[in-house]
Amino acid sequence: MAKFNLNINGKEREIDVDPTTPMLWVLRDQIKLVGTKYGCGIAQCGACTVHLDGTAVRSCQLPISSVGDKEITTIEGLSEKGDHPVQQAWLEVDVPQCGYCQAGQIMTASALLEKNPNPTDEEIETAMNGNICRCGTYTRIKKAVKIAANSINA
Amino acid sequence: MTLVKTAIGRRSFIKSSALAGGGLMLGFNWLASCKMTPEEVRNLPKEWFEINGYLKIADNGQVTIMSPNPEGGQNVKTAMPMIVAEELDVDWNDVIVEQAPLNTDLYSRQFIGGSQAIRTSWEGLRMAGASARHMLLMAAAEEWQVPLEEITTESGKIKHTASDKSISYGAMASAAAKVSVPEEVVLKERSDFKIIGASKKNVDGLKIVTGKPLFGIDTYSEGMLTAMIVHPPAFGMKLKSYDNTTLISMPGIRDVFTLKVLEDDYLRQHFDTCTFLEVVAIVGNSTWEVMNAKKAITVEWEPFETYAEERQPYRGPQQTLSIPSGLESSEDHKAKMMEMASKKADVVRKDGNPEKAFRNAAKIIERTYTAPFLAHNCMEPMNFFADVKNDSAQLSGPLQKAELTEKAVSTRLGIPVEKIDIELTRLGGGYGRRSYAHWALEVAVISQKMKAPVKLVYTREDDMTGGIYRPMYQVRYKAALDAKNNLTALLVNAGGIPESPLYANRFPAGAIDNYQAESWTIPTNITIGSFRAPRSNFMASAEQSFLDEIAEAVEKDPIDFRLELLDRAAKNPVGEKNDYDAERYAGVLKLVKEKSNWNNNNSNSKQGVAAYFCHNSYAAQVVDMTWENDQPKIQKVTCAIDCGIVINPDAASNLCEGGIVDGIGNALYGELTFKDGVPQKSNFDSYRMIRISESPKEIDVHFVKNDIDPTGLGEPTFPPVFAALANAMYKATGKRFYNQPFIGGITKLNS
Repeated sequence: MAKFNLNINGKEREIDVDPTTPMLWVLRDQIKLVGTKYGCGIAQCGACTVHLDGTAVRSCQLPISSVGDKEITTIEGLSEKGDHPVQQAWLEVDVPQCGYCQAGQIMTASALLEKNPNPTDEEIETAMNGNICRCGTYTRIKKAVKIAANSINA
Repeated sequence: MTLVKTAIGRRSFIKSSALAGGGLMLGFNWLASCKMTPEEVRNLPKEWFEINGYLKIADNGQVTIMSPNPEGGQNVKTAMPMIVAEELDVDWNDVIVEQAPLNTDLYSRQFIGGSQAIRTSWEGLRMAGASARHMLLMAAAEEWQVPLEEITTESGKIKHTASDKSISYGAMASAAAKVSVPEEVVLKERSDFKIIGASKKNVDGLKIVTGKPLFGIDTYSEGMLTAMIVHPPAFGMKLKSYDNTTLISMPGIRDVFTLKVLEDDYLRQHFDTCTFLEVVAIVGNSTWEVMNAKKAITVEWEPFETYAEERQPYRGPQQTLSIPSGLESSEDHKAKMMEMASKKADVVRKDGNPEKAFRNAAKIIERTYTAPFLAHNCMEPMNFFADVKNDSAQLSGPLQKAELTEKAVSTRLGIPVEKIDIELTRLGGGYGRRSYAHWALEVAVISQKMKAPVKLVYTREDDMTGGIYRPMYQVRYKAALDAKNNLTALLVNAGGIPESPLYANRFPAGAIDNYQAESWTIPTNITIGSFRAPRSNFMASAEQSFLDEIAEAVEKDPIDFRLELLDRAAKNPVGEKNDYDAERYAGVLKLVKEKSNWNNNNSNSKQGVAAYFCHNSYAAQVVDMTWENDQPKIQKVTCAIDCGIVINPDAASNLCEGGIVDGIGNALYGELTFKDGVPQKSNFDSYRMIRISESPKEIDVHFVKNDIDPTGLGEPTFPPVFAALANAMYKATGKRFYNQPFIGGITKLNS
């Protein structure tokens, strides 16, 4: 066990865990932020996506010892009231079916738009290809990303 | 005006009561109050359910509608309350929807299955809303001393125009609670619908996009432990011994032990499929600690002998199944299926004289289609929570057939059903998988032993290699053509491991004079379960690909050819058991032809068509695709569907889009194979799931507009798209695709 001071959603958190513990399980088990989901544990499905200093990363493959003082943002911290342009676009298009993968989808999409506010269809596909949606909401995800991009650029 | 009997007077469980804080609560049995004919009851699919529930109106006018069914992405949690709200005549913005827990007194059969939620509850839901509205009207008539028929309602307000009186539902709710429940009520004319047919957003949308704890896996409680199981690595194997000495001293580990999921003398019900009868449980403080212990454990396994399993199927007498020993491989499965196809099979239906028609045929076309086992791969891995005390148990998690699970848990724990509470969480996907709740039994047993609240979580690998798969299927079609290119006979020889996919009375039965449908099965120790549109999901793909090939052989347009067959089935059907409406079937084909710009697209894009009827609804699809770098690029899918009245159009469209993407994904990539009993894929690095870049660029869904009572939607768009895709791929490549998956392989990810 080891102590870590983490910066999660703008708040300092002190935790005491096995240093090999992936960020995903620190978030879910220790901090009880459960919006970040477990899907595969091997960075193949994207359900566990969070932002590390603004970049989308798979938290299931991120040992807590490697985080240091980098800023971690989870779906719970993306906006205060669920009104981030990507969240708003998701609601406008009514994207979710079961909804399990959607936090990860939204975190990947918001990181993409932060770096590239005007992505082409191909750029959206490339960025979002690591996020599986088993219900098959892909056409709506693409539409929502474009609406969010328009709203950010407006 | 439609006057319907509520049947309420005869049924004590429909009660009105005053709420403590003022207001009205109306409890009702939604389905029991629907009068189904014996014929309708017989025609109900295997998986159907009744709907019960309640609504309450608070004195501030807020309306709460309980949604009894579990929600797993079908959007019933929005659609079912919309139907109640329509007849109640309230502003949708004043409605709060709550998920009901499993409650066999207040509700019954809280199921997900068979695409039946809306169909079986349609009339009951309407009646529930209309009964409450009627009681509000009665209360107002009494208070204002005016005739009932002069009173109207509008969006949560009661009005009497002649005396210029108006009052809100909230203000009248307490008085309405004292009115006796009406024996008959008036339902709205469909032309007066304001909520039904107007798209409403998912009631849980905001919670989903903000990451609120909605799912079973999100459950945490004070003192909760985390458990995982270790199951045999291969079908045909059982536990021999295990060594827990090193594990016990690992950080955070509380206990390691074996457990029997079912007692030996337990009579299994339909959904009590349990793949591995004995598993090792590892219990600890946190997920990561338990995962580490799981990696470190040493377990020895050994092959099991053939054994008998007593089963009480959904319908019919008790059965004894023989579970064969052996470590099976996919290559052997394929060989066995080919062998069965040439043996004498059970003839399920025979029309005319197929032998003679084949003898006299000018041309015979014979093709064989196969499909592999599939894993459901719900994104939320299997999980469940239990807190078992001495004489009671509290469970929570994602379940499709909660009532059956409750009974099984009660038997296993030796605690009466009345002392078991099950909370229904949102399902992170179901598709049939969560009907088989052996994990609920596992966690209940673990919690009982640990005397603590426990959450059991399967790793992705446990989930994917744990059985309950879509069966492996094969069908051989043989068609006879006469010298004038008429289709004179059709033979369907269908089978599977361990279940046959045959639907003997479906189209094109009824459209061909000489027809024979045969069925066979091969036993296995690999467990299977319902998978979105069971059996249909294979039969549609094969049948509609074969018809495409016959259409080509007789030099007819694929849509026109199908329409000719359907015309025959409508005007002069062969046999009496045909289970489809040929005119509605033709209707979706005509609509998809019009909307897809059939045969009139640019030369780069190739089109394929298919149509199918299942779960009481008709779906037709046209896939537009190009072939680039040896890979299919789906440009567009046009879908026409006839599911009667559409409750929530945009969400309904979403569900159809999902069925289409799911179908394309499984057709192109879905496959689970076995070697010596071991599943050859265990996670998404090897099990290929469709990705956004492989998904159709555009999906265009059109609903047939009619006034027919609503039917199923979760499943019907899934089966036909396999064939529409295969037929388009033929146009694009010149090759027919007979064996799923059509592409296979694995997606290369950038990250």
